[in-house]
Amino acid sequence: MAQHTTGMPQDRSATTAASRAAAPEKGATTTAPSDAGYLDVRGLKVHFPTDDGVVKAVDGVSFRIDRGQTIGIVGESGSGKSVTSQAILGLHRRTRAQTSGQIWLDGEDLMTVSDERMRELRGNKMAMIFQDPLSAMHPYYTVGAQIIEGIRVHHPDQSKAQAKTRAIELLGLVGIPSPARRVDQYPHEFSGGMRQRAMIAMALSNDPSLLIADEPTTALDVTVQAQILDLMRKLQAEFGSAIIMITHDLGVVAEMADEILVMYGGKAVEHGPVEEVFYRPQHPYGWGLLTSMPRLDRARTERLNPVPGNPPSLINIPPGCAFHPRCAYQGEAPPQACSTIVPDLIECGPDHLVRCHIPTARRAEIFESDIKPRL
Amino acid sequence: MSTPTPEASVPSSSSAQPSDAPITAASAAAARTVADAAADKAAGGPPLLRLTELTKHFPQFRQTLVKRPDNPVRAVDGVSFELRKGQTLGLVGESGCGKSTVGRTLLRLLEPTSGKIEFEGRDITHVSGNELRMLRREMQMIFQDPYGSLNPRQTIGSIIAAPFEIQGIKPEGGTRKTVQDLMARVGLNPEHYNRYPHEFSGGQRQRIGVARAIALRPKLIVCDEPVSALDVSIQAQVVNLLEDIQTEQQLSYVFIAHDLSVVRHISDRVVVMYLGKLMEEADRDELYEQPRHPYTHALLSAVPVPDPHKGQKKERILLKGDLPSPQNPPSGCVFRTRCPKAVEKCAAEVPVRTEIAPNHFVACHFPEERQVL
Repeated sequence: MAQHTTGMPQDRSATTAASRAAAPEKGATTTAPSDAGYLDVRGLKVHFPTDDGVVKAVDGVSFRIDRGQTIGIVGESGSGKSVTSQAILGLHRRTRAQTSGQIWLDGEDLMTVSDERMRELRGNKMAMIFQDPLSAMHPYYTVGAQIIEGIRVHHPDQSKAQAKTRAIELLGLVGIPSPARRVDQYPHEFSGGMRQRAMIAMALSNDPSLLIADEPTTALDVTVQAQILDLMRKLQAEFGSAIIMITHDLGVVAEMADEILVMYGGKAVEHGPVEEVFYRPQHPYGWGLLTSMPRLDRARTERLNPVPGNPPSLINIPPGCAFHPRCAYQGEAPPQACSTIVPDLIECGPDHLVRCHIPTARRAEIFESDIKPRL
Repeated sequence: MSTPTPEASVPSSSSAQPSDAPITAASAAAARTVADAAADKAAGGPPLLRLTELTKHFPQFRQTLVKRPDNPVRAVDGVSFELRKGQTLGLVGESGCGKSTVGRTLLRLLEPTSGKIEFEGRDITHVSGNELRMLRREMQMIFQDPYGSLNPRQTIGSIIAAPFEIQGIKPEGGTRKTVQDLMARVGLNPEHYNRYPHEFSGGQRQRIGVARAIALRPKLIVCDEPVSALDVSIQAQVVNLLEDIQTEQQLSYVFIAHDLSVVRHISDRVVVMYLGKLMEEADRDELYEQPRHPYTHALLSAVPVPDPHKGQKKERILLKGDLPSPQNPPSGCVFRTRCPKAVEKCAAEVPVRTEIAPNHFVACHFPEERQVL
């Protein structure tokens, strides 16, 4: 499987390199393993020991992205998507979390770098946009002061005045009207959409080449969401950043992502290019999600087909395939396999990986006859 | 506080009369009553719920040396619609548009500033005391936040039994048995009667909220964003449950949500609100297939669709700027500051709610049929 992940994206990076020719390739000189992507995560595990047992929040996740690309990480609450992104930023370093695996960013091994180096990278080369800008910003400081701090921490040579000019420029860039006045206001004086823009401005302040957006639009209205997504696309085209987009909204990833990673119970259950995952989904969980939601782009159905049951508790992940208690197609797999053996990620299409015991040919059959007509 | 648009109260059914004829508020009200009576007769009785020019303003004060009144927050400003028995009315709009306030005011959890609320043909705008308590048996609510709306120190059993206790009702067969039947009905294990809310997942908690709302067999339930806090795979479960119970008990819902796809699935009729005002109202299919208001166009076009080809190609109407303050709404049409089609007339005149097609109401000076989906 490791072979697989490393060998697979090679040809894709060739195709995307051409399409990204316009993007500035600032960090193109890498010294890392020749096959590593700009960000390369291999076998990442994050386990939290608790009094009730070990919470396996992330249990072996691998993916890679190059500059100018967007990967969408999709999953329900508790599927491990946010913990994955926190691990990349090194936010579990001083906690009791047990982290293992490899994370390469532009040739640097993030698992072994010193805390000082991590601090240099954080907010500089990689930055995060949080879900809730009201709690991610400090209510006591002006928006400008918080952006300026981020700039000056990484560029101590810049004067306060220079940093402030830069902050105003950034606020203007993300579309905040009269930024010179807004820079001196407090977060509570901003509306929800504007706070999210200010968060993005803050994240962009040092031109990060990796942007992690953790549910950046979940708290926003659709009209504002459309504005923010539009903004992120424009900025990506301009700066060529790699973006990790974490969301539970399949509509948002369909629009933004080049590649999709579906997580369930701390593991990747499906991984592939956006077209593959949306038009030829192979995992029963993906089928369930896509057929259970009401869709505006399809004729209205009289009745929804929900996925039965509840998401698993991470302390008590079901044995075997974590999804098996909710899976409608268990009978198609070899007897007992689903409830006892954890399935491997196997290739089921071009660059398309799936973690399921149902034989690939049979799965394709079920998809064609049962799922495709309902998509 | 003056009603901003007396014309807006002209009933749709009387729109045959020349619109430039001077209409006094009194004659309009009289015309409305007559027209309504005629419409009611045609439809076989009054609607379950009728709101007429419902307005809710929250007074504000400036804290100087002495407290001085400031402009009120116009949370709901002249909203009218009807809901028939067994039907679902979807109420959509961005946060801050007043949709939750409409829900709370029509349940009489908030005192309306002006306007009229009729329930089964009876004026309930100002009922109080015992009469109001009796009314609560008929109207219930399901809340958005399944974590905040259940008392963490009460067992599920006592949470679901609370409506009986408050109303002083001894259900046949005993409270415990009735509650356990309700739990089974909404898909909870009746043996969990003595468990506490924290032992349940989000979806299960929302089922508890549903059980509590249907305990008294109400006729109307206001569902305020009942599925938006739930995971995608759980949303469909709760939507189906709501639909099943509706068919079983001939319930009517006012379904408040910002998710336009869920609203299309569940509603028979849809009302679009913006900044406290009604923008457009129509039957579900008509509203989604032939929306006329530029705001409805923008809302529908902004919904991301889970289809990479369509989603990336989809034409988006991007609205500029943010929602204006409901304390200082723009003059004329409240949407004009963000409307791509706004002209001078929009700032000068408040658009009147007009019936543009049978049973399709729009408040816009320049309505336009446009396919957005």
